[in-house]
Formats: sequence, C-alpha cells, structure tokens
Amino acid sequence: MSFDFLSILAQWPLLLRGAAWTIGLTALATLFGATLAVAGAWARSQGPRPLGWLVGAYVELIRNTPFIVQLFFIFFGLPELGIRLSPGVASVCAMTINLGAYATEILRAGIEATPRGQIEAAQSLALSRTQIFLHVVLPPALKTVWPALVSQIVIVMLGSAVCSQISTEELSYATNLIQSRNFRAFEAYIVGTLGYLGLAILLRHLLNWAGPRFLFGR
Amino acid sequence: MSATLQAAPAPTAGPVPRGDAGAHTQVGAPILRITALRKSYGAHEVLKGIDLDVARGEVVAIIGKSGSGKSTLLRCINGLEVFQQGSLIVDGRHLLHDNPKAMRELRQGVGMIFQSFNLFPHLTVGQNVMLAPHLVKRRGRAQNAERARALLARVGLSEKFDAMPDKLSGGQQQRVAIARALAMDPAIMLCDEITSALDPELVGEVLRVVESLADEGMTLLMVTHEMSFARKVADRVIFMHQGLVHEMGPPETIFGAPQTPELRQFLGLMEGSAA
Amino acid sequence: MVDFTLWDILRNLLLAARWTLLLSLIAFVGGGVVGLALLVLRLAGRPGTGRIVGAYVQLFQGTPLLMQLFLLYFGLALAGLNTSAWLAAAVALTLYASAYLTEIWRGCVAAIPRGQWEASASLALSFGQQLRHVILPQALRIAVAPTVGFLVQVVKATALASVIGFVELTKAGGLIANVSYEPLLTYGCVALLYFAICFPISQLARLLERTLR
Repeated sequence: MSFDFLSILAQWPLLLRGAAWTIGLTALATLFGATLAVAGAWARSQGPRPLGWLVGAYVELIRNTPFIVQLFFIFFGLPELGIRLSPGVASVCAMTINLGAYATEILRAGIEATPRGQIEAAQSLALSRTQIFLHVVLPPALKTVWPALVSQIVIVMLGSAVCSQISTEELSYATNLIQSRNFRAFEAYIVGTLGYLGLAILLRHLLNWAGPRFLFGR
Repeated sequence: MSATLQAAPAPTAGPVPRGDAGAHTQVGAPILRITALRKSYGAHEVLKGIDLDVARGEVVAIIGKSGSGKSTLLRCINGLEVFQQGSLIVDGRHLLHDNPKAMRELRQGVGMIFQSFNLFPHLTVGQNVMLAPHLVKRRGRAQNAERARALLARVGLSEKFDAMPDKLSGGQQQRVAIARALAMDPAIMLCDEITSALDPELVGEVLRVVESLADEGMTLLMVTHEMSFARKVADRVIFMHQGLVHEMGPPETIFGAPQTPELRQFLGLMEGSAA
Repeated sequence: MVDFTLWDILRNLLLAARWTLLLSLIAFVGGGVVGLALLVLRLAGRPGTGRIVGAYVQLFQGTPLLMQLFLLYFGLALAGLNTSAWLAAAVALTLYASAYLTEIWRGCVAAIPRGQWEASASLALSFGQQLRHVILPQALRIAVAPTVGFLVQVVKATALASVIGFVELTKAGGLIANVSYEPLLTYGCVALLYFAICFPISQLARLLERTLR
C-alpha cells in the first residue's frame, strides 16, 4: 500500500475555503452563543423564576441530545413549519443553540461562586441590579470559568464537522469533496483531521490570549 | 474636600439635639432616625425595637457581644438586611425595601465599609474607586479619575492607583475600601468591624484614616471591638445587648461609669481579652 | 405512500434505539478497559510513555469524532479488513471513549494528595501496591460521578455512527423522515428518545457528585 498526500495537498484552495468556513461558523456561533449564555446565566441565577425554569429546560434538553439531531431538527424539521434555512444559517443556529446551553451552565457556576460580600459592597455603592451583574459579578465569573468556556468553544468547533451532513461547505465537506474526486479517502481524511487539530490548537491559544485582554482584565 | 464632608448648616429648626451628643453635633434634623425597628430571622428576633437618632457630624460607636444585633442594625441602615417593623429615615429619605429606585437613592448617601474589605478583585485600585461614581453618578472620566487620585492620596495610597487589590496588604485594601465609599460623597458612613480581619500591626493605619474622617465632620456609625478607639473618637457610645439598645451615653460615662451589670460584665470581658 | 402514525414512527425508532444502547455500552466498556490500561501506563511509565499517552489524548480531544470515524472506516479497509460500519463505529468510539476516560481518571488520581503517595511509599509498598491499595480506591470515589457523566457523552457520540451508515437511532430517524414526510415529528421523537436515555444518566451523575463528595 502506498500513500499519496501530495495529490491531496494540491487541492489546497478547497481545503483553505473549507477551513475558512469552519472558522467563520465558529466565530459567529461563539459570538451569539456567548451572548445567549450571558442572558441565560442571568436568567438562571437572578432572573424571574419562570424564566429561570424555561432556561433550565432548554439547557437540559440540549445537553442531553446529540448535536447532529439538533442540526437535523433545524434543517430538515423546521421547514415543515415554514422556517427554511440555508445550510450555513442552519449550522450557525444549531451551533449557537448548542454552545449557548453548555456555556449557560458553565457561566452560572462561575456566577454562583461570587462571594456575597462583593454583591453587598456593590449594593452599598448604590449600583443597580443590572450594573452589579454586568460590572461586579460577570467579569470575575468569566475569568473563573474561562478555561472551561474555551474548551467548550473548541468542542463546538470540532462538532461543526457534522454540518457537512447538511452540505455546509466547511472543512470536512471539503475533505469529502477531495476524496470523492481522487479516491484517496484515507489520505484526504488524515489531512482534514490534521487541519482540525491545527485549528483547535490555534483557537485555544487565541481565546486564552484574548480573554484576559478584552473580557475581564488581568 | 467635598462639601458633603463638612457638616452642613441646619436649614430649618429641627428637633432639639440629644443632650448627650458630643461636640460635632449641630442643630438640625437628625441625619438618621430609626424608630421602633424590629427584625427577625424566622422565629428568632434579632432586633427587638430599636430607637436611635444620629445627628449630622456625630460619631457613634456601637459595642456589644457577638449576636447582640449590632452588625444587623448597621446592615439594616443601607438595606442589606430587610427589617419587618419600624421605620428608618436617612437624610430625609425613607428606607423602602421594595422600591429599587428609592433604595439606590438612599444608598448613594450611605457609605459602607466591610470587615472583609470586599474590593472588586477584577478591577484595579483606581477602577474600584471610580466604578460607582461612573455608573451611578455619571461622573465624567477625567473628573472621576482626578477625584479617585485625590481620595487615594487622602488614605495614603496614591501610588497604588494601578495596582490590583490582591497585591495589597489587608490594611491597604481596607483603606482603598474607605476611598471607594468616600467617592460617592456619602452623608453618613457605616463601618462594620472594619479592623477585625486585619493583622494587629495593620489596625493602626486604618483607624487613623477613620479618625481623620471624624475630625473632618463625617457622620460615622461604627460597630467596633476597639474600645480605646471608640473612647477616643466617638461622641456617643451605644451598648447593645440581646437586640436592644441597653445603655447609651458619652464615652466617659459608658466606659467610666457603666450603669448596668451587663455592660460592666462586657467591659470586664473586653479588658480581660485585651490584657 | 404509506401513512405513518405516531406509533409507527415511535416503534421503529425504539427498535433502532437498541443499537444505540448496544453501541454505547461497547464503547463505554471498551473505552474503560483501554482507558484504564493507558492510565496505568501513564502513571507507571517513564516520561516518554506518559508523553505518548498525552499525545493520544490530545489527538482524540483535538479532532472531530466524525473525522475519526471516517479515518477508521477507510483506514480499516486500507488495512485489508472487511470493514463494516458496525466494526468501524465500535472501534472508533472505543478509542474516542478511552482517550476521554483516561484523561478524566488521570485528573482524579492527580487530585489525591501527594502525601498519600509518600506515606505509602515510606511504608515500603511497591508501585502496584500503592495504586491498588491506596491511590485507586480513593481516586475511584471521585471518579464515579464524572465517569457516569461521560456516559451521556458516549450515548450522544454514537449518533455520529449514522454518518457512516450504521443504522441506530439517528440513522433510523433519517430513514423514517424520508418515507413518512414528517421530519419535524420524526426528529422531535428522535431527540426525545435521546433525552429519555441521557437525562436520567445526567441526573444520576449529578446525584453521585453530591453524595460522593
């Protein structure tokens, strides 16, 4: 048996395009998912009771079902209700909803670890509830849970490989396209897999670098 | 110093100030009026009907055993604890627990310093001082920074503006907490055992700052175990026992001629532990 | 066109769910055995083997399970083995689970205070005896909850076996959705069935975490 990696690497524009898609999907899902998680964690820890329960149900539902089923439900199921999404949009939606649930739970743990005295100090300085949440509770909580959050974002990025199943043209879709053209399946998937590994390492470093700088101070 | 740190002249003739109030007292409405305040946790009553007036500029020390309700009383004054009966008026504002807007207005006038400092760990010293004025008072950036620097200089920490709280000693952290409270221009300051968490050698630097506040006419209400400090700085000392004001008077009387056996016993205990 | 009732859909999904459960069990048990071997290798071995196991973990945790599945599927064929989706899925999920489990357990062992190693060493216990009698019994207690929690991840991971053609719950859902023209209902049922399997396990893990702490 002989391997031929060159014929795979010759298709680098396809691979690059796929990687760009993966990065784009992940960036959007992270942005929306993190926002969703902040709102969700707020609702769970200090929002009105019924809203807290609702968010709790959402978190449990997502955490106890596979991502691929969530994706198929959105892409194949929702059109029945007249909600027709393109593969790219459906992918971002599924990833956002998925990340949002996990990150809600991660953030909530950080928020509940806030010492009571911090909140009392902020109250006695006449800060409003919203101000206390955004300026006193959230930044240290983000800092505490950042490693867990970064891991979850990486997991969602890796999970996005599944989006090829609804023909979103991301990295694993590109890999599949290449192997269907030159029938070098094993080599193609080796290259594609290493591509994901590289992206995962890159993403982890990027987030570990960016978090302290832009989100929660030193 | 800002205008609010100076004792304001009384605009109208209010109730006659208490005879036992000290030199800082001026004629005017009391800045704090507590009437028949009762508070309980479940079936356990912690405060059993507190009546207390504090005049503008007065320095009041609250002493008593742990569990006597003194910290709870202090925490009631800015709404950290919810009380069930009675009324509480600070600077003409009624304390209304279920009205967030009214609570925030009241709290702007009431500074509080905690036993455990409670600095915000993710913000620098300067940011700790500037946060509330920025968010609540909408103070401009330049003015806010200038004020924060002045206050930090005031507590002897001007060089720590950009330091993180966890790089400071306990005494330094507590002084930052004082500067942070002062930045809101409070009319009254509550000090809840502010030296209890400090190593003995750091107590002095914090008490000196508090004393200078008293000298400048700040209204101070402090729960403290530092009897010699209370004696030196307070205009009036309140001894709390089992949820009630048990004895009250000028420090000379309270410490020199205690009337009740409970106070005598408490002072004896304190002396014993100090020795 | 055949008319599918809700019961038809559910009945077929339930039948397929057996394969999901079986595949989960194989991956979990297989992964546990391999994971334990890797753990011992990592704890006992020289720095070299530790680093290799570490790289193994990084590789599986840093790449998509989907790609691992394809790699195994095509790799086994390349090695001349008669590949079935069933075999590829079982092997891939076993390796995937072993990487995660060995990492979870390593964390549990690392949580045992150094003093326990030192005390047992000073009592002249061999490495094997230290592990067997002192370290693992304590680590096991902390490991139970996260291990049970990981089972949920395994069950969800088996859904990807559908992509290489193994007919389990998700694949069956796709097939039924195609013939019944009821994708919303079908995928809703699929999701609920996964939830019915995973939620009790999640709750058990949470309960164990509280009681065994």
